[in-house]
Amino acid sequence: MDGTTATGFDVQRIRQDFPILSQPQARGRPLVFLDSGASAQKPRAVIDAMVRCMETAYANVHRGAYRLSELATDAYEAARAATARFINAADAREIVFTKNSTEAMNLVAHGWGRGVLKPGQAVLISELEHHANIVPWQMLRDDRGNELRVCRVTETGEIDMEDLAAKLADGKVGLVAMAHMSNVLGTVAPVERIVAMAHAAGAKVLLDGSQAAVHRRVDVQAIGCDFYCFTGHKLYGPTGIGVLWARLEHLDRMPPFLGGGDMISLVTFEKSEWAPPPAKFEAGTPPIIEAVGLHAAIDYVTAIGMGAIEAHERALVDHAMGALSEVPGLTLLGRAQDRGGVFAFALDAAHPHDLATLLDRAGICVRAGRHCAEPLHARFGMENGTTRASFGLYTTKEEVDLLAQALTEAREFFK
Amino acid sequence: MSGLFDDLRDLYQEVILDHGRKPRNFRRLEDADATARGDNPMCGDRIELFVKHAPDGTIADVAFQGRGCAISTASASIMTEVVKGKDDAAARALGATFRELAMTGACPDCDAALADDMERLAPLSGVHEFPSRVKCATLAWHTLNAALDGTKEASSE
Repeated sequence: MDGTTATGFDVQRIRQDFPILSQPQARGRPLVFLDSGASAQKPRAVIDAMVRCMETAYANVHRGAYRLSELATDAYEAARAATARFINAADAREIVFTKNSTEAMNLVAHGWGRGVLKPGQAVLISELEHHANIVPWQMLRDDRGNELRVCRVTETGEIDMEDLAAKLADGKVGLVAMAHMSNVLGTVAPVERIVAMAHAAGAKVLLDGSQAAVHRRVDVQAIGCDFYCFTGHKLYGPTGIGVLWARLEHLDRMPPFLGGGDMISLVTFEKSEWAPPPAKFEAGTPPIIEAVGLHAAIDYVTAIGMGAIEAHERALVDHAMGALSEVPGLTLLGRAQDRGGVFAFALDAAHPHDLATLLDRAGICVRAGRHCAEPLHARFGMENGTTRASFGLYTTKEEVDLLAQALTEAREFFK
Repeated sequence: MSGLFDDLRDLYQEVILDHGRKPRNFRRLEDADATARGDNPMCGDRIELFVKHAPDGTIADVAFQGRGCAISTASASIMTEVVKGKDDAAARALGATFRELAMTGACPDCDAALADDMERLAPLSGVHEFPSRVKCATLAWHTLNAALDGTKEASSE
């Protein structure tokens, strides 16, 4: 079957780039990997780039006055420049490499939250946040007393814009921290509107782009936000590398989070002076090989085209909405107008964990539980959790159909 | 229907599906003398267990409430049936043997004294092939130990 779309996107050819997709599973079934929202599979280009780095150009960065170290430093800094271009940052110095999105958000909570946010100011998050965008602000509140406000989510799973306006109205919110795309509902937030409202109320904006950066073209300057966080391993890159983008003015004012080598310009036993950003926030030996892998992943998706990836996923989302709505007894969590390829659902006859065990037998990998969003599941009365299928650029309509068929059979099994 | 999942009938035997759908002793015991809450934070399974002893120290009544998957619900339900009438030491010993069964699928020291009870628990032995699901089967038993110990809280993490 020819899966090539008008944008030249050929999903069958793309699947050949991912070695794991041709690994047979139990009883010879093909792998149907529908857990890319948790972590995505890796294309050959990423695997090869990391191996090549270790085999030909590896040494520590920013230290050695020898050629190999210079090569490694160049590769590491080239990854930073590629990351800046990927999200249209104005300056590569605005890119701080972290371990993952969680660390990027904690860095903002520790550095900016403790160093710049004023004592009487509040942080405003929403009901649909991942724990990584809840817990750091609770820790800040408990440590410094900054109020934590929570914006409501509507029945369809979208940010309640009236509630957002109401919670910004007193001008006390110093930071709005929200997911660009929900890891449970798939909802894509109207980030330009949120930024405009927040800035008008005197608040800065952090966006958790862990999901969105994989599925949409992100332009941080067009969005107008102040902080943007995402991670390598969901973007078909390696684990161990995440990204904090922040406007240089914010990075300049933020005290560092970790102290050590590479983040200082002068050290005596009396005092140390910080290096300028981004080095100020990258204490110790950074994830060098991982940065090379992230660079390869960015080159990989950029060559395919984020627009083409988005179009492919929109078609998949439409297809999945149809296929899943035909599964008897299935309740989909969230029906946002603007959504990406993440579907959390409950099946009347089966608990999510029983369902995941069954689907695994059919070679289908899904996530069961509360997906690090326990308050959101409580909000929708889904204390048992949900089963979640999340798509990647290699996901096919046939895989979605297989999921729908397996769900229908699973329901018969438990009835 | 010959389906995708026929080979999972070893794990989900009819008796498990039945206890999962219609758990026995699924209620509060207002006059319980030992209670505990059990949590599996990974999946959100949660049970509250109530035990009432007779004057001779044996378990006169035991009941539970909560939420969970078919396996954790069925395991709790079957447990309430098999521990009734036992003293605490016998109930703990049965629990230890059952945990062994759930983890290994084998019951090497099932002596005659335990044989009848273990036969009732045997349908749950299929979980040993599913490492991520063993905790579902053992949560109720961890919670029973916590209730008998007076520690009030158990976790199967």
